[in-house]
Amino acid sequence: MQKSLNIDPGKCTGCLQCELACSYDNEGVFNPSKSRIKVFNFETEGRFVPYTCTQCDEAWCMHACPVDAISVDAATGAKVVSDALCVGCKVCTIACPFGTVNYNTATGKVIKCDLCGGAPECAKACPTDAITFVDANWTGLEKMRAWAARTDSGATASA
Amino acid sequence: MSDTLGSGSAGSAAHVIVGAGPAGVVAAETLRKADPDAAIVLIGNEGEPPYARMAIPYFLTGNIDEQGTYLRKQAGHYERLNIRYVQGAVTGVDTAAKTVTLADGGTWGYGKLLLATGAHPIRPPIPGLDRPQVHHCWTLADARRIVELATPGSHVVLLGAGFIGCIILESLFERQVSLNVIEMGDRMVPRMMDENAGGLIKRWCEGKGIAVHTSTRVTEVRDGDGEELAVALDNGQVVPAHLLVVAAGVRSNTEFLAGSGLKVDQGILVDDTLRTSDPDVYAAGDCAQGPDLSTGGYSVHAVQPTSVDHGRIAALNMAGREARYKGSLIMNVLDTAGLISCSFGSWDGVEGGESVTLLDDPAYRYTRLEFKGDVLVGAQCVGRTDHIGALRGLIQNKVALGPWKERLRHDPNRIMDAYVATSQVV
Amino acid sequence: MAWARRILRVNLTEGTCKHEPLNMEWAMKYLGQRGLATKYLAEEIDPKVDPLSPDNKMIMATGPLTGTAASTAGRYSVITKGALTGAIACSNSGGFFGNEMKNAGYDMIIFEGRSPKPVYLMVQDDDARLMDASGYWGKSVWDTEEGIKAAHGDPQIRVASVGVSAEKGVLFACVVNDMHRAAGRSGVGTVMASKNLKAVAIRGTKGVNVDDYPAFAKAVTDGKAVLAENAVTGQGLPAFGTQVLMNVINEMGALPTRNHTSVQFEGAKDISAEAMAEPRRSDGKPNLVRNAACFGCTIACGRISTIDRTHFTVAERPQYHGASGGLEYEAAWALGAATGVNDLDALTFANFICNEQGFDPISFGATVGAAMEMYETGVLTKEQTGGLELNWGNAKALTDLAELTGRGEGFGAEIGLGSKRLCAKYGKPELSMSVKGQEFPAYDSRGIQGMGLTYATSNRGACHLRSYTVSSEVLGIPEKTDPLVTEGKAGLVRAFQDATAAVDSSGLCIFTTFAWTLEDIAPQVNAACEGDWSAEKLLEAGERTWNLERQFNIDAGFSGADDTLPSRLLKDAAKVGPAEGKVNGLDQMLPEYYEIRGWTADGVPSNETLSRLQL
Repeated sequence: MQKSLNIDPGKCTGCLQCELACSYDNEGVFNPSKSRIKVFNFETEGRFVPYTCTQCDEAWCMHACPVDAISVDAATGAKVVSDALCVGCKVCTIACPFGTVNYNTATGKVIKCDLCGGAPECAKACPTDAITFVDANWTGLEKMRAWAARTDSGATASA
Repeated sequence: MSDTLGSGSAGSAAHVIVGAGPAGVVAAETLRKADPDAAIVLIGNEGEPPYARMAIPYFLTGNIDEQGTYLRKQAGHYERLNIRYVQGAVTGVDTAAKTVTLADGGTWGYGKLLLATGAHPIRPPIPGLDRPQVHHCWTLADARRIVELATPGSHVVLLGAGFIGCIILESLFERQVSLNVIEMGDRMVPRMMDENAGGLIKRWCEGKGIAVHTSTRVTEVRDGDGEELAVALDNGQVVPAHLLVVAAGVRSNTEFLAGSGLKVDQGILVDDTLRTSDPDVYAAGDCAQGPDLSTGGYSVHAVQPTSVDHGRIAALNMAGREARYKGSLIMNVLDTAGLISCSFGSWDGVEGGESVTLLDDPAYRYTRLEFKGDVLVGAQCVGRTDHIGALRGLIQNKVALGPWKERLRHDPNRIMDAYVATSQVV
Repeated sequence: MAWARRILRVNLTEGTCKHEPLNMEWAMKYLGQRGLATKYLAEEIDPKVDPLSPDNKMIMATGPLTGTAASTAGRYSVITKGALTGAIACSNSGGFFGNEMKNAGYDMIIFEGRSPKPVYLMVQDDDARLMDASGYWGKSVWDTEEGIKAAHGDPQIRVASVGVSAEKGVLFACVVNDMHRAAGRSGVGTVMASKNLKAVAIRGTKGVNVDDYPAFAKAVTDGKAVLAENAVTGQGLPAFGTQVLMNVINEMGALPTRNHTSVQFEGAKDISAEAMAEPRRSDGKPNLVRNAACFGCTIACGRISTIDRTHFTVAERPQYHGASGGLEYEAAWALGAATGVNDLDALTFANFICNEQGFDPISFGATVGAAMEMYETGVLTKEQTGGLELNWGNAKALTDLAELTGRGEGFGAEIGLGSKRLCAKYGKPELSMSVKGQEFPAYDSRGIQGMGLTYATSNRGACHLRSYTVSSEVLGIPEKTDPLVTEGKAGLVRAFQDATAAVDSSGLCIFTTFAWTLEDIAPQVNAACEGDWSAEKLLEAGERTWNLERQFNIDAGFSGADDTLPSRLLKDAAKVGPAEGKVNGLDQMLPEYYEIRGWTADGVPSNETLSRLQL
């Protein structure tokens, strides 16, 4: 069964171990600014919210890509950017209504969460289980799906 | 419906798609998923496999080869999906007979027709534009000519600093040509960016050694020294050019519909199912004038994300699945010699709306947000690349910002915080 | 190579910013952060310099592990000659600023001179510029931080700044980063403000590397497991924060109360971790919203709190209704027990103000305690306090004084002198509960004997973070010692001092040492850094740092005579609790300590010791 990242902000302490793990896995260096997952700090509410790509069914990024550089990993369901094909046009960065595809000026390519091929480093690094990797039909995901549907500029009837 | 596939440039199919750009290809693929057995014919009028114009600038810089511009990379992609890809220029549509006519005289009968014929570049009425050193930058064929002429150090004049002009500008810059840019508007990208943003981009480009002439027109193109052209400007200057690239805007390809009875305005008019005035004919992409999310009216939004949305929704309806389009949101992202900018929706504001801007001139950073009530309706950013897609999410979903509107007015850069806080994703 | 191998040198007088390579020879001897920056400072300034003159320098320094995935590895320190003490000052802070500095590619930023006008330093990776700060001068830390982020269009910028208290010369002003994390003690913020430097804003995107990643990943994973399984770092600190200690220390009769006139506070339970978690009567919500972590920290002891919206301090001021940094143990003690105030919301408010205007709640609360004693005994009058009634336990007086001190106004300006100068001014120097001009933290050395030696010999003035023998004497880490005896404490203090100096030089947080020994830390440092970093070598670097600090202070004019405690702790026995009848036995511990240190009987490092440590 495919798994998804499940995020429970109530457990997040804002330590950024997820960003450290993500950046090291993807960039070979500890560099939160290049992390595919970001923790948002809502200071006055005392709330930390880790946030990354939900690998949404709509796959805005993938459809918007003019050169077929984003594809679905059949094993994980992740939408994965091929560095070899990405030309750096950035259309996916404006097309993704979740804001989870970013342009990396250092490489001239875009970066997004690829679920680390099925063993996400962020979930492994999280000390409080705020980020877990669970069966895809776990309850938290339904909320995300609902939001994704609401974001659809087109039909919800599409299947 | 039973389908008969004809041979050569004639036959009939349940679904005929005219135009093999992103809208046409996405429509064909979506149709295949929605209607596994139907015959699908995709008609393209350029020599190559379906490719992306968006990718041409990267071909120009040598970042990718021609194959790198192809919309689908896997060999046999269309055959595997049983999509018949044929070459030919469509010259007419007969909605009564339900046929399209090709330039070679062949015809294709259709059950449902999708017009995804795209747009063509405008050639302004300037004397001398018929010279061989003058090119658009629209097709791969154009691009090949530009690659030949735009050698390092060569003199290149770029006519037009709109969105497309600026994308080409980036490529020409990287090809290390000596570049003059002529824009008749009072700033760069005038239809995507305001004065502040356009000003930043101009100053940035000038800092990179590009000569930018705004509020300037080309009056005439003459022969100059040797191989060069002499490009005369309305300010009296004459600029030499081994190559003149014309990027003065594009127009929907609708001429071939004359006499078809289909309603055409700026583009082919379509409703929220992407259907034209004829119940069996749909239109998508740059040639279609469809619902506009921002205005509630109908607009041609010739951008890649709109094309693929159009293609997908049109295909679902062609396959008999009801799908309604909430309207397109105009959005662009631009990289001008390393300075990245983007704009979304009603970036210039709406009546009765409110605006917040933040300009950091020396750092080339700018953010402008436009609100109507507590909903974001438009945005522009210069010098920012992180999480910009969230602007689409906020605008498209008409998210009620609540207290975040005030926070954004205080610091408009907290877009992503506002998005995460209001999106209820988690 | 975990070091960035680069320094940013900012000459505020000239307005220049220059890159220079890190002295790797020194880095191999001092590791980084506290040790290495102290070496730079000692080499570059005259120890006799007036701390507030342009000739003093201020160094912001990260450790080699700062910015890596080691747990708690987000620390930086501010090293300078302290405004409050005139001694070497090294104040360590968490939050996220240190990581950002390291990610921008700097081990240290050295500030020298004084700017002719208020400026802030803006660093974006390689680009460093001094910017006009006239718009921020006179503004709080909170407004400055928000303003700079907004002005540069990047919410990811991290800012360390000084508040109005520092501008006004409050001698225990902090450098505050990330809204409520502070390099808190010794007046390092006062030094920063004296240079007309309002803030340092950094955005770093270059990344941090380590020498041997597989070994580092293993060492870090092992280390995190140790922290998670330890009762203090895995359960106590995340759940209760450092406030877990309030009731414990009070029970054992070591909670200094009302300017150390007692060792137990009857209101301790009202200001404890347990009280912070209890639902309030007015809105049913607890003071504590949640715990929060600094960069990379898997402990997460930080407190995020709110104030009861009906409380007198904030009822009319909605700007304080949001959550912010809550009470840590030392702050709760100083603002509460030291002043006799048991109003949790008042303490939380005073703590917010300390963060907002950037001053040390320990020195502030302790100085208010001293002022209250002078007021209660008639030394200070209502006229002299500007109408404030400084009776023990007066919550309103406490919060008013916090705001006045934050603005450097009225009697707040006198509180801003610190207790030593304040008590001397009113003819009662013996009422200042301080060493080398710095106020005690929250452990009474009559009830925890080792802390007396810790305070007396601390190189930055009274401080618990130079050798936290509370670990051993109270918590039994690494092994339990009797808090009421002096035997063995000299060796204990020395061992804690050297190990702490090493940890403070690494980029890690000292709180890890509730669970980690240097044997846990060495593999992490060794894998991250080039060179061979065993626990022994770390300890040696720590000892070298300690002696260098000592030498700096001696050169600055301090001597063994300054290694002492107020007579109250040496002569007035505790009247209640387990330590009843006890004074601190410093005289029994100090000579042995000097000997173990390899110092002369006057407390001066011997030539032999200096050469052994290559000093």
